Parts: sequence; structure tokens; C-alpha cells
Amino acid sequence: MTASREHILNKLRKQSIPETELPDLQQPELTQQWITYPDPSQQFSDLLASIKGLCLQVKNVEEVNQRLAELPVYQKSNNICSLIPDCGQPTVNVNDITDPHDFKDIDFAILPGEFCVAENGATWITNDGGPLRTLYFLSQHVALLVPASEVVPHMHAAYEKLRFENRSFGTFMAGPSKTADIEQSLVIGAHGARSLTVFLVEEPF
Amino acid sequence: MPSHPKLADEFIKDKERAKWHDQSLWFVRSKRDKAVHQLPEWELLREQASKIKSYVVSHLPDLLEEFEKNAKAKGVHVHWARDAKEHNEIVHSILEKHQVKRVVKSKSMLTEECHLNPYLERHGIEIVDTDLGEWIVQLQDKPPSHIVMPAIHIKKEEIGELFHEKLGTEKGASDPQYLTESARQRLRQKFIEADAGITGVNFAIAETGGFVVCTNEGNADLGTSLNKLHIACMGIEKLIPRASDLSVFLRLLARSATGQPITTYSSHFHGPAPDSELHIVLLDNGRSEIADSDEFRRSLNCIRCGACMNTCPVYRRSGGYSYSNTVPGPIGSILGAAHDTKANSSLPFACSLCASCTDVCPVKIDLHHQLLTWRKEIRLKGLLPLSKRLSMKMMSWMMQAPRLYQFVGKMARKIVPYLPRFLVYNPFNAWGKQRELPDMPKQSFREWMKQNHDRK
Ligand code: SF4
Repeated sequence: MTASREHILNKLRKQSIPETELPDLQQPELTQQWITYPDPSQQFSDLLASIKGLCLQVKNVEEVNQRLAELPVYQKSNNICSLIPDCGQPTVNVNDITDPHDFKDIDFAILPGEFCVAENGATWITNDGGPLRTLYFLSQHVALLVPASEVVPHMHAAYEKLRFENRSFGTFMAGPSKTADIEQSLVIGAHGARSLTVFLVEEPF
Repeated sequence: MPSHPKLADEFIKDKERAKWHDQSLWFVRSKRDKAVHQLPEWELLREQASKIKSYVVSHLPDLLEEFEKNAKAKGVHVHWARDAKEHNEIVHSILEKHQVKRVVKSKSMLTEECHLNPYLERHGIEIVDTDLGEWIVQLQDKPPSHIVMPAIHIKKEEIGELFHEKLGTEKGASDPQYLTESARQRLRQKFIEADAGITGVNFAIAETGGFVVCTNEGNADLGTSLNKLHIACMGIEKLIPRASDLSVFLRLLARSATGQPITTYSSHFHGPAPDSELHIVLLDNGRSEIADSDEFRRSLNCIRCGACMNTCPVYRRSGGYSYSNTVPGPIGSILGAAHDTKANSSLPFACSLCASCTDVCPVKIDLHHQLLTWRKEIRLKGLLPLSKRLSMKMMSWMMQAPRLYQFVGKMARKIVPYLPRFLVYNPFNAWGKQRELPDMPKQSFREWMKQNHDRK
């Protein structure tokens, strides 16, 4: 196998390919042209709605609880878990669980998100890749809580915030899981969450 | 291998289906246009993407080493494979070491290219494609016909029939919602039972040693978060230098592919989860040869969005299978010809040179120019089919004799309009298949010029 490594690298090294420059993505000529929005939170909210998610702008966790109680999918959920203190009415304590398979009956998960991107309705979530990561994908319905101040206009601003030294896993989640593989008809709830609600919360939580 | 025209013939026999296929893809292309028009900086983004990718190809060995070093530092096992065979052996040996019996895979054209599924099945390992479209074609025992929408060529009634037979869904049911739900239930079971997850790679980052996988269904994430072994398979051209480059590519990819602002999940993997193993297999399989060719190097910029297929008038009307290549359409014709020129010699001719592919390509590959260049190469290599050789010979002979050319033109204008159809539309007139010849002009261009300009 190391032979193949050497083989491939040697072959590539022997080639004389004209060198080209790597563009500087920070140069103002570029960054000045990236799209901006007068109200990024509103833009995020509209965008998320267009990809079948729901964004609710609220004051605090108390208000999150009220709005949750109004959500039909939340009302119908039996197995609920929450990683946010005092948020939701969890029926399952996930912190003792070591095997992600034990999450297979979770109906509703309330989870933290780090920041949102206005241009595409995505929310960045991150963790160490352990069992709790599965909750974002295996739960039937997901709600994310994100500080209201954490909405960036576009992906360039998003990557300015991101570092990959400590956390082994992170993803941009944009709306509920979906597919259009059968005759291009959009169906929500392919393998992952059937619904995604993002709460932009004003007060710290 | 049967030539493209021959296979396309099969597809267009069913006129209704050909029309429906054409419209489905045009619908996706229109969605792409709408998404693109929402970003005034689109052209600027394409420009940057193209520059970044060209830099990658000209610095490939350094970037690969940088990636390997950083990935290893994060606890990732890095493997190198020269060709498909070695790739499959590596994947198999990892699975064997972990005594894996069941694997869930998320969409990866690279493993298609290597025919990994049949290989693992021969070794007694169950491998399930979990992307809905890929699973549908897997159940049919067929390859994908499109790189982003693998089952774009199949009607919902046919999927209903297939699911009835294989999953026991209700007979005659064809509602996409119902069928997707049945697939969800069955595949959940597969996710829960699996011992390992295999994914492709959309982008690997040299600077951080991590990689990104994009899906809409969340299958890559379910498949890799439920068990302790993740194997990621990537072509060596999938590298990008810096994490910040992702901002450019993630803005371009989904908008070009399906018109979405971004895929539902864009997952970044940087090292294994606690108590788990993460392996990455780097595959060459002819890519280094393409990197070495001045004419075709830029085809390695491809980020596999599928936009060139969706817009291609030939692909839309002839179907993905007519290319009999893992990647069909304009980019597939280039890569296919590079991989095995003889077997794929008809592909670069499956192109009308309309340049629509070049217009939409988010990384600015000059697709139609490359296809034209391939035609030249194929002629030089003596791989032109006889029909093309003959007609080109006759053409060149006639072009060299202006008087003869004028005479033939005159006669054609006089005679053709009065000929019975069977004489005009016959097997020797490939152009006249499926379409009408335009009316013959009353005068030639030369005559028209004489009348309108020479006198002035
Ligand atoms: S060649 Fe361009 S348009 Fe075609 S799949 Fe690749 S990136 Fe997309």
C-alpha cells in the first residue's frame, strides 16, 4: 500500500503542470461583492421557510417552551429529549446513553445550534461525534436553539467563524430531511428529521 | 461497447418517455437558473472556484501530502489506491478486520466507478445504497443514470411496481409520499442493523485534514453516526487547499445541482468519533493521467453537480444509460474518453456543440471545447466509426472542388423538395431521424450575396 502511495505521488511529481495562483478570498474586491441583507434574521427566516423549515424569533427559553407547546408535532411526541436546560419537557434522559441505537424511538429532540446563515437557511451544529451526534439525524423531529445575535449573512462569514481543531464533527443543517428522487416530487422526511424548527433566542440560555 | 447512437436509439423509441425525461431535466435546469439569479456575485464565485481548482491540480502532490499529514494527526487512517481493484481490496480488508457483515453506503459515484458493490457481495458482505434514488436502481440491479438524480429516468408507477415486488407495498400504489415513507421504514432497519458506513467525499481539505459530505436525505449522517466504522472513498482530485474555500464551493454546488440554496446536510468530518475508526481511501484510477494532459486537465475541476447533464439537449433526449459510462453527459463523455478512448469513442460525438454545458458549469470547465478536441484525437487515433469517416471524406472531397459543390447544391435545391419521403428520410440520413429537414432555400448563399451585395 505504501508502494501505491509512492507510485501516485511520484507520477504526479514528474509532471510539469503550469503553476497557477490561489485566489485570496479575503481581498476587498471580492468581499465587497458578497450579498448582504438589511435584516439577516428575517432573510434567514424566509429562506428556511422556503426549504420547508420553520424559524421562530423569541425572547427567551420560556417563550420557546410556549411555542413548542403550540406545535402539533410536539404535542404528539411521546419520547422527548432536550440538551438545553429548562427547555421542553424531556421524557428521556440522554446523558447516560452510550449506544446511539438507544435513540431510535426519539420523537422530538431539542438541541443546540451555533449560528445561522441568512443566504441559505442553514444552521451550524457541532459536537465531538459521540452518540449525541445521532440525535440530530435519528430523531423524528428536531428543534434547534440558536442565539439571536448569531446570524451571519453568507457562507464566507460562516467559515470565518469555523475552526476544526477540537470538534470532530459539524454540519450545516438546512431544513428537514428531504428527497425528490421519485419523479422530482419533493417529499419531506427521507431518512433524517421530518421537521426542523429553529428558535432564534434573544436572551442567553 | 454499443455506441451512443445505438443506445440512444433504444431510448427514443419510446417517444413519450423521451419527452418526459427531457422535461424533467429541464425543470431542474430552470430551478438552477432561478437560484443563480438570486446571487448577483454568481460569476465571481465561478471565477474563484475555477481558480481554486486549477491551483489544486497544479499542486496535487503537495496538497495530498498535506492532507495526509493533517488527517493522520487527527487519528484518521489514510490509504492510497492506484486503481479500482486496489480500492476495493482496501475497503474489503478494513471491513474484514472488523468482521463487518452489513454495510450502509451513501451515494458515491466513486464506488460506482470501482464496482464496489458486486465486489463486496461476492465476499459475502451485504451492502445497501441508502440514497433513495440509488436504492431504487440497486433494487433494479442497475447503475444510476444521473450522478445527482440516479433514478431520474424511472416513472413512479414503475417504482410502485418495484416496491410492491421487493418491499410488499400496496399493488398499484405510486404516490411518491407513500413510496418514500415505505423506503424510510425499511432503510431505518438497515441503518440500525449495519456494522459500518461507507460514504463518498465531496471535498477534502488539505489544511485541516477533514472532509465534507453533502446529502439531502441525511443518509450519510445516519450511516456513519450509528456505528463505529466509517470508510470514506475519494478521488484524488476532490481536494481543496483551505477550509475557507468551502464557502465558494458550497454556495455553488447545490444551486447548480438542484436549485437549492444548499443541501440539507453539509457534514464536516475531522477525525473519528470517540471509540470509533475513520478510514479514508484516496483513489487515482487514471486521474493522474488526466492531470498530465494540457487539453483535458481542467476536467478534473468537476465538482459533480450534474448541471451540464441537466442542460444538455443530447443527454436529456437520450437518457443516462446511452452513455454506458459511470458519469454520463458532457463531463462523462470527456472523462469516459480519457479513461478508455476506444470503448468510449462515440461519446464525444454525442454533443451538438451548443455550449450550454460550458455556460452552466460552476467551475468553468470549457466542456464543449474539450469535446471537440476529443473528436480530433479520436480521428487521429483512427477510432472514428466508418459512417463518420465516409461522410467526412465525401464532404472534404466536395469542399475541395468548388464547382462540384455549387452544382450539387443547385441540384439538391431543385430536386429534394420533390423527392418522396422514403428517399430523403432513410437510414443513410442520420440527421433526419426524429426531426424534419428544413425547407430547401430557393437560392444559395452565393447567389444571394451576388444579388444583394455585389451590385452595390
Ligand atoms: S462538469 Fe461542471 S457542470 Fe458538469 S458536473 Fe462537473 S461541475 Fe457540474
